[in-house]
Amino acid sequence: MAAPIFAPLATIGRSVITLLAGVGRVSLYAANTVSHLFRPPYYPREFLIQLMQIGFLSLPVVGLTALFTGGALALQIYSGGARFNAEAVVPSIVAIGMVRELGPVLGGLMVAGRVAAAIAAEIGTMKVTEQIDALVTLSTNPLKYLTLPRVLAATLSLPLLVAVGDSIGIFGGYLVGTTRLGFNPANYIQNTLDFLEPWDVISGMIKGAVFGFIVAIMGCYHGMNSGKGAAGVGRATTNAVVSASILILASNYVLTEVFFSA
Amino acid sequence: MIKLSDVHKSFGPKQVLRGVNLEVAKGESMVIIGGSGTGKSVLLKSVLGLVRHDSGMITLDGEDVTRAARDPFLARFGMLFQGAALFDSLPVWQNVAFRLMRGQLKRPRNEARDIAIEKLRRVGLKPDVADLYPSELSGGMQKRVGLARAIAAEPEIIFFDEPTTGLDPIMSGVINDLIREIVVEMGATAMTITHDMSSVRAIADKIAMLYDGVIQWTGPVADMDSADDPYLHQFITGSADGPIEAVR
Repeated sequence: MAAPIFAPLATIGRSVITLLAGVGRVSLYAANTVSHLFRPPYYPREFLIQLMQIGFLSLPVVGLTALFTGGALALQIYSGGARFNAEAVVPSIVAIGMVRELGPVLGGLMVAGRVAAAIAAEIGTMKVTEQIDALVTLSTNPLKYLTLPRVLAATLSLPLLVAVGDSIGIFGGYLVGTTRLGFNPANYIQNTLDFLEPWDVISGMIKGAVFGFIVAIMGCYHGMNSGKGAAGVGRATTNAVVSASILILASNYVLTEVFFSA
Repeated sequence: MIKLSDVHKSFGPKQVLRGVNLEVAKGESMVIIGGSGTGKSVLLKSVLGLVRHDSGMITLDGEDVTRAARDPFLARFGMLFQGAALFDSLPVWQNVAFRLMRGQLKRPRNEARDIAIEKLRRVGLKPDVADLYPSELSGGMQKRVGLARAIAAEPEIIFFDEPTTGLDPIMSGVINDLIREIVVEMGATAMTITHDMSSVRAIADKIAMLYDGVIQWTGPVADMDSADDPYLHQFITGSADGPIEAVR
């Protein structure tokens, strides 16, 4: 029996071990999923369905988020920039801010809310109603049939969603800039194009791919490990969204360090 | 033949199976009875590899099930799950033909659909059910679809997990009769777990009673009522008095 003085240390130790074990399990799950990319059979129909569910049906939420964010960003930069006579930088800052940071991060978070939750709830329900066991008895690997199509669809569609979101976000800034802040439309577009570099756009899309992978893996992992009953599925859904969101924010920092640190 | 030798399985501190020994001969219909939570489902899932047993050995025709190539091994089995476990996102016919539309047994879509409709007819469902979704079916119809799916690829061995749970007595009787007919007709080996005694009498050639993690009694169904095992006697009479503790 450890002395009471060590009790807090033991608690911290247990928490760290639990956390590391969780990270290990998720990493193994992700690695196992990716390994199925190179091992047939494949399920192209499931992939196309997921492309539609995850990619196409997320367009409205990502588009609206980008539109309002771009508009708000233009207002903020204009009013903030006025303090040091830098109102003219609105188009370039909106563009760079959207494509490098806000487009991928907000797009990823919105998709995490919509898709990670839906995946975890669907797979969690399949788990508690023995549909996953039924898949196995029908000689179908759930990782191939359920996880890989979702992960692949999210990883490929998020960069495209980010690109669309970037465009809509910049358009939101343009609308506010030209209708509320008095910018000349042609100058606004020219300023945007002059300062935007291809790498700004590409780096945002790479972030999108990573975030898509995270969203689908967390949704599938928590669904597959869902507890029993409605409460278990509810917890799995919450955990999927929370863990995907935190991992998106953390990986965004790491990727930004890798891409843009001097 | 399915053979379980000294099979143990624990979940954390809880020992569910404590040395199960059981043999199911080819073409035999074995029914495993026992109270809720005695490990009947775990036993069935251990044979299929859905649950990995801790120790002991399970063999199918002499081959260790944990070492068998998974796809050919699973292709020999069909299973009816307790809640039918139909895939919500697929129409009924695709549920039934699931195995016939992918993997080694893949057939053209039209042929798979025709087989599905024939199997649906075999379990007493009309062809117009084929295009419905599982959520549009009653519990009894879902069980029938689950049964059609279990037999779609004409497996050698069929497992039935609580086939009549949640059904009214008449529908239970219909499902029991269907199971018996189909198993006899296909010449399949069947393993059923249930605590419904009407199912036991309708389906079983032999029964095994699981209690406290071991097989307490096994023998032909005809010997069940005359057996002097107190556990079995208490179970089949549904008495609260006896060696099995009844929590009130």
